[in-house]
Amino acid sequence: MTTAEPLAPVRLLAKNLRVDLELIAGMIAPETRVLDIGCGEGALIAHLFHTKACDARGIEIDMKLVTQAVAHGLPVMQGDADSDLAHYPDGAFDYVVLSRTLQAVGRPREVLRQMLRIGARAVVSFPNFGHWLVRWQLLARGRMPMTPTWDRMWYETPNIHPCTIRDFFDLCHGEGYAVERWLAADDAGRRAPWRRAPWLANLFGEQAVFLLRARR
Amino acid sequence: MHDGVKQVLTPQAIAHQHVVFEDGLTLDSGVTLPRLVVAYRTYGTLNAARGNAILVCHALTGDQYVAERHPLTGKPGWWEMLVGPGKPVDTERYFVISANVLGGCMGSSGPRSPRDDDETQLWGTDFPAVTIRDMVRAQARLITHLGIARLFAVIGGSMGGMQVLEWAATYPEQVFAAIPIATAAYHSAQNIAFNEVGRQAIFADPDWEGGRYWQSGRVPARGLAVARMVAHITYLSEQALTRKFGRRLRAGASVLGPYSDVFEVESYLQYQGSSFVRRFDANAYLVITRAMDYFDLAADHGGDLAQAFAGTKTRFCLVSFSSDWLFPTSESRAIVRALNRAAANVSFVEIETDKGHDAFLLDEPDFHRTLRGFLDGCAQHAGLS
Repeated sequence: MTTAEPLAPVRLLAKNLRVDLELIAGMIAPETRVLDIGCGEGALIAHLFHTKACDARGIEIDMKLVTQAVAHGLPVMQGDADSDLAHYPDGAFDYVVLSRTLQAVGRPREVLRQMLRIGARAVVSFPNFGHWLVRWQLLARGRMPMTPTWDRMWYETPNIHPCTIRDFFDLCHGEGYAVERWLAADDAGRRAPWRRAPWLANLFGEQAVFLLRARR
Repeated sequence: MHDGVKQVLTPQAIAHQHVVFEDGLTLDSGVTLPRLVVAYRTYGTLNAARGNAILVCHALTGDQYVAERHPLTGKPGWWEMLVGPGKPVDTERYFVISANVLGGCMGSSGPRSPRDDDETQLWGTDFPAVTIRDMVRAQARLITHLGIARLFAVIGGSMGGMQVLEWAATYPEQVFAAIPIATAAYHSAQNIAFNEVGRQAIFADPDWEGGRYWQSGRVPARGLAVARMVAHITYLSEQALTRKFGRRLRAGASVLGPYSDVFEVESYLQYQGSSFVRRFDANAYLVITRAMDYFDLAADHGGDLAQAFAGTKTRFCLVSFSSDWLFPTSESRAIVRALNRAAANVSFVEIETDKGHDAFLLDEPDFHRTLRGFLDGCAQHAGLS
């Protein structure tokens, strides 16, 4: 963790930009090379190209979304975070972004390693499994939580590797990644005011965004 | 098929638009063609900055008549669905160029051209072996002749896609965007094998006459038709054949007649074969299939395909089709990974279809949307209005 940031209300600039994408875009410097893994229709890369003149590209596993993205003129390739990052050279990008996808990949730790090999920095967002509502549902009902964020039954959810904000801090520590910035937010993208206390963020944040750098 | 089929309209009888390079062209084989002829067509208008040119590369049996009625067959251009005013490759916006490949039979230098040392004779089987790179070099001469320093895009499917890859590897500064479709960076053993069956069918036709058939005025129609029939099967998919023909019998056919056409799919293939021999030259078929077989872009770059694209600034868009077993998606993905290794800007889409390799020539809305969108995006990056 580095310097505390002034808390600014989130502005929803692009109507269709998913709220955490807005938070992610805020962590990316203009005119940089960006790879967005799990880019969907390419909302973030379009936003980064138009507003920050970034050389932004995407990988998406769902062919329908890839086709939509390319048909909108965005440089997106069909590929898989688990298997396709290994083909990029070291340091090919300034930022590698993984938004709300970490919990769905087969080997999250390996994906993070690849991200920080091919990029100088990684931006990772994920839904927080430590949120109080998730905890409460498991405690009170004794069943897998169903919330607006975690809304798929356990047998059909793609989210096979859920984690909490504190888990993620531990992983970064263990892997030797410097957390340059982080924030927790609710589902509407409002930043949660618990920056100095990860345990509070872990209780009230519905999602988290981390900016990581590999320690050299 | 019938004995002694004559090509009613021989390709020679048509005056194809062309340019002659009197200084010739030295080929990969080391042989120098003393005189190079490149036949071509253009559509649309080159803009003042000469920055809106798109080169369309044709496949094995295609030609330069991309977006107009074909002078020999009278059929619409082979990519009229994609190229034209308001089409994905919009000729109101782009200047589209297409050239007959070196070794072809629609006016460019090839086995059917007059020899340089004796204009009364044709090259025939004395025409030297050509490579995909030779074809691209010939196209590059045309592009320079047209006063174009950089192509906005190079597009092609199948063998045309091989030319696109070769363009991007050989002239990276001259290609802003490259769109290789349903193609591969090398010709597989299976594909070489199918080509070989076709060539052997031509060799086995007595009318081929050791390649000098043009002297007798006959064409090895049966051999060339069989070559086309074999190849045509590889362009389709099992699902497409089943959907079109299934096991349906021809009207009046007896299931137990071993020597006559029984199934509809047989008549279809024979029709494909016989219409092909009216427009194509057997020796050109031999030369061009060989060029495809020789193609191995990685081998030309130290065995590493990524080296072929090292440092490239070109924006790539690869397209494959799910039921294409001649140039399967895995081949496109191998190219994508090599481009990733070279940190190139690459888009990649596999189009879901049951139409096999032929899909790149057919009405595939997702493919057409992809192509239009990719070109739009590139135009934005290239500063084309």
